[in-house]
Amino acid sequence: MADGKGRMAYGSDDTPESERSERAISHQANDESLGNGIMVPIHYHLMLSAVLFTIGALGVLLRRNTIVIFMSVELMLNAVNLSFVALARQWGSMDGQLIVFFVMAVAAAEAAVGLAIILMVFRNRETVNADELNLMRW
Amino acid sequence: MDAITFTVLSVLMVASAIRVVLNRSPVYSALSLVMLMSLLAVYFLYLDAHMVGVLQIIVYAGAVMVLFLFVIMLLNLQDSIQDYRQEKLWTMGILCATLFGELWFFFGRAGGESSAQHAVPEGFGTVISLSQKLFTDYLLPFEITSLLLLVAVVGAVVLAKR
Repeated sequence: MADGKGRMAYGSDDTPESERSERAISHQANDESLGNGIMVPIHYHLMLSAVLFTIGALGVLLRRNTIVIFMSVELMLNAVNLSFVALARQWGSMDGQLIVFFVMAVAAAEAAVGLAIILMVFRNRETVNADELNLMRW
Repeated sequence: MDAITFTVLSVLMVASAIRVVLNRSPVYSALSLVMLMSLLAVYFLYLDAHMVGVLQIIVYAGAVMVLFLFVIMLLNLQDSIQDYRQEKLWTMGILCATLFGELWFFFGRAGGESSAQHAVPEGFGTVISLSQKLFTDYLLPFEITSLLLLVAVVGAVVLAKR
């Protein structure tokens, strides 16, 4: 079902006209079912993203537990993803969503390596307190 | 997205974000973060980003957060009041207020005269349209991402093995 729809939208133009208009109508109805009454303007999404980003930055500054600091960084990444998706919707372009795709891949890699480092540090030092891990302090 | 949906979702998301930062126990922080990521996935669905919303659930709320919970349980940390910084709170507040003020100022101007939403093409945000763009325009970054993931896997294994 989804396969056929995509081929219709992006592939060759051999679909009959009647089928195409029917699909267009169904897509429109789908839009309305998600509540297209009064659209929230773009800066509302961006301001929500700003609030989440600031809360994440506050977490990085406020906490000493390395794992919670790490989770706050993930929170900041998610806030940025939100503004990318909102802007992609605003301009009707897929590029923003692709950037989010790459951000997710980088965040997954970062989480794997970062948590492995935290594990190793805990094994050597018996702590994950960021203030006690000052070996590389200038 | 209408105003009611936006209000409900944003209030819940900000509340769970504050719980992530302020909760004493790392396990509760992680669970609040799972809730935030699930809410964000719903938000993405409302913004016509179906594939990204599904990936958000699978990659973030699934894989990454399970990894976090595993490490938290492996380390067996005790909750402690020491976990919050008591000093330099003013500096922290000023830094965060400045950051927030800047973001608010510039983002608030985004809703100006050119803020009318563009029409989305059919199939916007679906697997097909996303992957079509991914394997044509973004092929090189995609391959580099696979290399990055390979390096991350090797690095994580080497670090955690010792």
